[in-house]
Amino acid sequence: MQYTFDWKLVLSGEYLRWIIDGVVVTCQLSAISLVLAMAIGTLIAVMRLSGVRPLVWFSAGFTEFFRNTPLLVQIFFWYFGSDAVLPAVVNQWLYKQNFEFAAGVIALSVYTAAFIAEEIRSGIFSIPRTQLEASRACGLTFLQAMRYVILPQAFRIIVPPLISQALNLFKNSSLCMTIGVMELTYMARQIESYTFHGFEAFTVSTLIYLTISLAVSFSITQYNRHFLRTIRY
Amino acid sequence: MAMIEFHDVHKWYGEFHVLKGITQKVEKGEVLVICGPSGSGKSSFIRCLNRLEPIQKGQILLEGKSIHDKSVDVNELRTEVGIVFQQFNLYPHLSVLHNVTLAPTKVRKMQKAKAESIAMELLERVGIHDQARKYPVELSGGQQQRVAIARALAMQPKVMLFDEPTSALDPEMINEVLNAMKDLARAGMTMLCVTHEMGFAREVADRVIFMDGGKVIEEAPPDVFFSNPRHERTQAFLREIL
Repeated sequence: MQYTFDWKLVLSGEYLRWIIDGVVVTCQLSAISLVLAMAIGTLIAVMRLSGVRPLVWFSAGFTEFFRNTPLLVQIFFWYFGSDAVLPAVVNQWLYKQNFEFAAGVIALSVYTAAFIAEEIRSGIFSIPRTQLEASRACGLTFLQAMRYVILPQAFRIIVPPLISQALNLFKNSSLCMTIGVMELTYMARQIESYTFHGFEAFTVSTLIYLTISLAVSFSITQYNRHFLRTIRY
Repeated sequence: MAMIEFHDVHKWYGEFHVLKGITQKVEKGEVLVICGPSGSGKSSFIRCLNRLEPIQKGQILLEGKSIHDKSVDVNELRTEVGIVFQQFNLYPHLSVLHNVTLAPTKVRKMQKAKAESIAMELLERVGIHDQARKYPVELSGGQQQRVAIARALAMQPKVMLFDEPTSALDPEMINEVLNAMKDLARAGMTMLCVTHEMGFAREVADRVIFMDGGKVIEEAPPDVFFSNPRHERTQAFLREIL
């Protein structure tokens, strides 16, 4: 029996709605996780460079632990194990929300934060030490110097690798289908089970991932161009 | 009471003994020029005063108070001792105006409008108020260094340190920076300048000291220092640079 392509089936009616719902969840999952990952990553990077021993050890341990274990395992860990590791209050709150989604966000942001922290750290290293010296010499504290002088420059320099991290996060979000987050890949899979038209469903979802990734990467690069021009020493 | 007092200050970088017992007094409004070969410890000497460099032995007093006292907030101290570096070290991601207002607004919590009007006055004083909206990369070296002077002045310091402020500049830009420094000296600022600009030293310095091997080996008013140096090492150095 020959396979007959039926693009119209996937691109109309209920199945199209599934795909759109999936895209929305994928974008929400990625966007929330990216914001959290940047915040956690920055914190970890600054702790690592603070020179305060316990903070340095904690941040180094965090980075090595989360970037050297598989993301899928981490997703299962947060999904099945959050009861054991998170305080009861937090768990109760999470159960009232969309628990799968929350576990996915935690896993993705912590995992990505470990990589982002390293990017930020190398970004900070690429700023001449004299910048820190000059800002401290004006009376700024270490944290103020980081906040107003070092990090704004470091972020602009590490935009290209940060884009890679953001795109990885966006694609990695598909793993959350395994714990039942109804994102794009989950929906494509569902269409496949209902219609046996898996080829069409996954082709459409692939093109959607590709389009969004390219659009994000292009627009951030354009935006950053303007800033990079001023950074010269 | 002297503005600044160094009592037998020693400093080591690991094994290297870079300051071997510096004892100096600087009065309020005095302009001290420090010269000497590279590696003689002259930069370390002035950088100890705002605790950019720690010292291992001795005592440094600012207005009679030890700067290493436990009660001294190092960030507060640094607002009282401004520094201008050889490489300007402006913040490249901020406009000229913002370079000058950053510390007053963040450290002193000054209102933005007030900080900007003070910054504009200072930029006018060093002759670059018309460049206030530009970024450092758009300015010449001499202009950047004048911004750096304005940035340090914005905290209304009691003392200004200059760490070879003209050494990284093209020759035709040196004078614009020296003129800004001379104006400052004439306005009564207490200044410690590491520089080899002997014209500047002759014109505005109250005293010139010559350092070698971590020690002050000669010290005199500029006319005596240049016309009649006693130490052989100083004579040799002056022959090289004059």
